[in-house]
Amino acid sequence: MTTETNKKFNIDTVENAANTPDTELPWAELGLKQNEFEEIVKVLGRRPTGAELAMYSVMWSEHCSYKSSKNHLRQFGQKVTEEMKKDMLVGIGENAGVTNLGDGWAVTFKIESHNSPSFVEPYQGAATGIGGIVRDIISMGARPVAVMDPLRFGEIDHPDTARVMHGAVAGIGGYGNSLGLPNIGGEMVFDSVYQGNPLVNALAVGVMRHEDIRLANASGKGNKVVLFGARTGGDGIGGASVLASESFDDTKPSKRPAVQVGDPFAEKVLIECCLELFKGSLVEGIQDLGAAGISCATSELASNGDGGMQVELTNVLLRDPTLTPGEILMSESQERMMAVVTPENVEAFEAVMDKWAVEYAWLGEVTDTGRLIITWEGEVIVDVDPRTVAHDGPVYDRPYARPSWQDALQADHFTGSAADAGRPAAPAELAAAVTELVASPNMCDKSWITKQYDRYVGGNTAMAFPDDAGVVRVDEKTGLGVALATDANGRYTYLDPYNGAQLALAEAYRNVATSGAVPMAVSDCLNFGSPEDPDVMWQLAESIRGLSDACMELGVPVTGGNVSLYNQTGTTPIHPSPVVAVLGKLDDVARRTPSGWKEDGQAIYLLGTTADELDGSEWAKLRGHLGGLPPRVDLAAERELGEILINASRDGMVDSAHDLSEGGLAAGLVESALRYGVGARIALEELLERDGVDLFTALFSESQARAIVSVPRSEEVRFKDMCTARGFAHLRIGVVDAASNALEINGVEAMSLDALREAHEGTLPKYFG
Amino acid sequence: MTELPLIGEAPVAADSRLDGAKIGVVTFPGTLDDRDAARAVRLAGGTAVALWHADTELADVDAVVIPGGFSYGDYLRAGAISRFAPLMSKIIDAANSDAKLPVLGICNGFQILTESHLLPGSMIKNDHLKFLCRDQVLRVENNTTAWTADYAAGQEILVPLKNQDGQYIADEKTLDELEGEGRVAFRYVGFNPNGSRRDIAGITNAAGNVVGLMPHPEHAVESGFGPESNGGTDGLGFFTSVLNKIVGGAK
Repeated sequence: MTTETNKKFNIDTVENAANTPDTELPWAELGLKQNEFEEIVKVLGRRPTGAELAMYSVMWSEHCSYKSSKNHLRQFGQKVTEEMKKDMLVGIGENAGVTNLGDGWAVTFKIESHNSPSFVEPYQGAATGIGGIVRDIISMGARPVAVMDPLRFGEIDHPDTARVMHGAVAGIGGYGNSLGLPNIGGEMVFDSVYQGNPLVNALAVGVMRHEDIRLANASGKGNKVVLFGARTGGDGIGGASVLASESFDDTKPSKRPAVQVGDPFAEKVLIECCLELFKGSLVEGIQDLGAAGISCATSELASNGDGGMQVELTNVLLRDPTLTPGEILMSESQERMMAVVTPENVEAFEAVMDKWAVEYAWLGEVTDTGRLIITWEGEVIVDVDPRTVAHDGPVYDRPYARPSWQDALQADHFTGSAADAGRPAAPAELAAAVTELVASPNMCDKSWITKQYDRYVGGNTAMAFPDDAGVVRVDEKTGLGVALATDANGRYTYLDPYNGAQLALAEAYRNVATSGAVPMAVSDCLNFGSPEDPDVMWQLAESIRGLSDACMELGVPVTGGNVSLYNQTGTTPIHPSPVVAVLGKLDDVARRTPSGWKEDGQAIYLLGTTADELDGSEWAKLRGHLGGLPPRVDLAAERELGEILINASRDGMVDSAHDLSEGGLAAGLVESALRYGVGARIALEELLERDGVDLFTALFSESQARAIVSVPRSEEVRFKDMCTARGFAHLRIGVVDAASNALEINGVEAMSLDALREAHEGTLPKYFG
Repeated sequence: MTELPLIGEAPVAADSRLDGAKIGVVTFPGTLDDRDAARAVRLAGGTAVALWHADTELADVDAVVIPGGFSYGDYLRAGAISRFAPLMSKIIDAANSDAKLPVLGICNGFQILTESHLLPGSMIKNDHLKFLCRDQVLRVENNTTAWTADYAAGQEILVPLKNQDGQYIADEKTLDELEGEGRVAFRYVGFNPNGSRRDIAGITNAAGNVVGLMPHPEHAVESGFGPESNGGTDGLGFFTSVLNKIVGGAK
């Protein structure tokens, strides 16, 4: 390879651009619309250089600019009360939001999508999804402490599903396990709508002391800008290859992966190295490199800072010396960070890099010009106002309208009868239905996946899959910790986007409260189809409106998240899938509430009421039906239920709690029994009379704001008094029976735990080995 | 020397008799369970001392734990690069010296010990080819080593297991020798999670000061943060064993 880099490219300088206004540029190939290209020319007062075009095209993409959703996302910042802001230390807009935990502790968490890379190359797509979200957490100054991963794949028996499943799970494990981050939960949903568009979302949570919070900005003239971590290579360049006009030789590797390739070892070293930098207060600002690579890091750091930035691009350490300036700016090579360091700290910074054997390159410095200037061997190839790249991209008011088919869909309720096996009534048929349900792909045991993840590392995991929420200790002295749950139901949201999004929040909120934690903050990953389809745009708008309203009503602010659009195959979009993560706080994780029964003789209570709500249910899915209206949302009841569960945990009134959601009471009872292999005797006659439903409906309805708890006999009076005082429906439906080794429900043929376990645990191994 | 980046502080252990005993915990690039091993030492009553792979001298410690993780990303072969760290040569010398420094290798630490030839055999990929995390029953086959004296012979303990390359292999002659000399320290009970020869989970050297195993006793030292059954603290005995040996005398 030649070292005379300037010989390899026709460098398109700013001067050249000014002198050659009529040069044809491949803006369309880079994904820009004509109006967007014209806007760039207007902003610059000339045509962009090739390098500038590369930067604008990636930073103005849907993924980086949120141009279709921005107008709607504003509601998350607007529908916030003073009370909700009380514990928010850093809100939306930074790499991740930060919430006050008390005792000087802060927690940061965020959920993101890595959907399309995970379809193209499931292992690397899913692995680098974990890598990216973890770097967001480090960027805030936090030590990452856990990850979670909600997954949505095509039908379980489709030939391509195994490819995606094996790859994504191995990728999440291979990367996450190597970072030393416990995987504490997630979701696994199979549905044909995700066949060509699997959803691989990743959540990371980190903790820090208040004084360690770091922000992504470049301030202070004369401060140095440094790029460190892995070298920059040709992976994840995507569209930049069309800038071929920059190159006039043919020495390039002919094929480059569009999907980034991860190196978890490099990331682990980067984590420890960054924490040591934070500890020594050696960086003024820091930003991870993710989507849009150096384009994003330089423009965002400069835009958030108080001046400008000057960078010499040939200083970037390369894995592939043939990269052009545009490719270097766009490369999404993993495990890289950019930081701003004062001249006094340069030596100490380098010592930390050397200790961890991390490569670094000083690229330039912070200026007071208000411009982001990038040079190539001294010649200016980028001269822009960084705000125009990072923050003032296009914003669209995409047209949207309630789809013409929505009314007909909502009118098509689940009927079913005993005759067509839609509503079984006989004891043997009901037992068969319960077994069928808990063996179904979406309700079956997920340990085939979770046993491939390390849940122990760190020694602070107090609860993980299959309990309702993952719980991690933050402070070993006090037991202070956090609980996390993620939820979404694409079927509900398809039937009614406004209420469906609220149901996702309600379930995640309920799961966190079920563990005994007080819900505090929300992060969301909005997975939708094409915003250029008015039907999809309506789903997105309605979901955001519903979710933001519900956050306000439940008093939990959105602190960050991500939007993933264009998840569709041809003109068929996925079900709208707003994945909602809720974070809660536990003063002492020793008080967490697990989901399974243990102690013989404890009373089992059902909290909440049950209506005939089978539309969109897992049972309806098993019968091939999707129509009608999702279960009714009652956020006041969710809040009340949450307070009961939190108080009961705090005061030691319950030994187990399990939320009822997909699969209803039937799934809840089976899961609570199988958790520790302890059975129960259940009688629902009183419930049937009180709520006016039949036994099938009582078992399979997915009515919300419900949970089952087991109460020690000594606490029963106190527990009932609390529910009565709060006016919340509660009913003793049974008793834990440790001797029976069965789940006995009056009116349902007794089910042995062994048979239930075989059904529940056999499904994933059957399909995936 | 590096300070282990701890989150919060662990409760102080009760037995002040042991806290003068210092156990070094080695950190390599890519080590993951170093903080957990240090916590286990503290909970057992001892004092954990952070050791850095690049140190050229072995600090004043009474024993050493080489914790789990993916040192150097398991690149080339698990443990193959770490074995050449400057500190490792000091540890190898100390383990082989007359003083017989107690050394425990857990998971990746076990792999490093076999690569270092302190222990025979090697680990290859699990027979099912996947990473596996589960609570595993082990039988303590030898309770005369520096790290197992607080267990009863034949005692069954429950500790987490989590690895991808955990299948213990050695030639038949070596396996026969290990069996004959009572150097199989731990055996998997009920379920062999990775295809290890003769269900071997861990082994000791002839002197009993160097022990390596794939499962993670340091993840079973604190109730509520380890296995849910058996109280979750079956792993504590590794650390109390060596601490009691160091301070001398029985519990």
